[in-house]
Amino acid sequence: MRSSNLRRFLLGGLLVAIALALVVSGFASSAPDGLEKVATDKGFLETARDHLFADGPLADYAVKGIDNERLSTGLSGLIGVLVTFGIGWALFALVRKMRSGSEGDAGDPGASKDAGSARAP
Amino acid sequence: MHIPDGFINAPTSLAAGAVAAGGVGVSLRRAAQTLQERQAPLAGLVAAYIFAVQMLNFPVAAGTSGHLLGGVLAAVLVGPWAGCICVAVVLVVQSLFADGGLTALGLNIANMAVVGVFGGWAIFRLLRRALPATKTSVSVSAGIAAGISVVLAATAFVVEYAIGGAGGAPVGTVLAAMVGVHTLIGIGEGVITALTVGVVLGVRPDLVYGAQDLQAPLVLGSRPEPAAREVR
Repeated sequence: MRSSNLRRFLLGGLLVAIALALVVSGFASSAPDGLEKVATDKGFLETARDHLFADGPLADYAVKGIDNERLSTGLSGLIGVLVTFGIGWALFALVRKMRSGSEGDAGDPGASKDAGSARAP
Repeated sequence: MHIPDGFINAPTSLAAGAVAAGGVGVSLRRAAQTLQERQAPLAGLVAAYIFAVQMLNFPVAAGTSGHLLGGVLAAVLVGPWAGCICVAVVLVVQSLFADGGLTALGLNIANMAVVGVFGGWAIFRLLRRALPATKTSVSVSAGIAAGISVVLAATAFVVEYAIGGAGGAPVGTVLAAMVGVHTLIGIGEGVITALTVGVVLGVRPDLVYGAQDLQAPLVLGSRPEPAAREVR
């Protein structure tokens, strides 16, 4: 029951994140952010170089080829949320495996010792 | 707050990259030791939520906007180690969106995932100790710490700018301007963080790392690690 509750919480949280990125993002302020504004006022904005992916398919939170600005931003946000969730979950699952590996199995003490010493700081 | 390529010179960016790698490296090791199984998807969700809310720029002053950085939010929800990784993951994914320079990735991770998370987490801990042990205190502490963490991250940028900044702007005026505007952005950060932490505390208080002491005071003394170590 606990785990199904957790699943519901995760699903709910993900839906909130998707709604924010897909819909609410279209209403976000497009004014320069704090750093950009300071850089403009203090005269070092022009030292910025174009991003390597400035012409990429998702550059500036827009999906290339979709002209409707809100839709384009929203879809890029949806992609970003799903990619971030996927990478985050996979990475943390992997990180957790690092530990289970170093704890080792009782049945194979030699292997677990090796794994433990390999990870010792 | 995302630094583009070019603002900060290569040696300074490299040095910040070393700080970032060190911070994330230690976080990975510590997260591996402390993360519980059910926290893996939760930490993924925290990263995804921060990505979403970082898109929501809110106006703070004439012609200026700001958005959540999320460092304290992540630290309070999943702990500072996993929180640092969450923010770093968000910053890496944002490269696909051409947000924050690739050569500035180390700078941005150092400022937002290391200084923002651990600086903010330290303030959160201090506030928790000073305030009564209630859910409201957790939300309030998270909000205040989050607001201050934005100013800390902005200050970290100014340090980097002082060391290797381009364009020759006087450091003092950059500091004043950065702290000024990010104090305003920090208010938004604080409100969003306090509200989000408050909602999670209302729905699943057991999932809030920064409120674990409110959950099960009896379990605090009995950690399973020493026994496991003896077996080995």
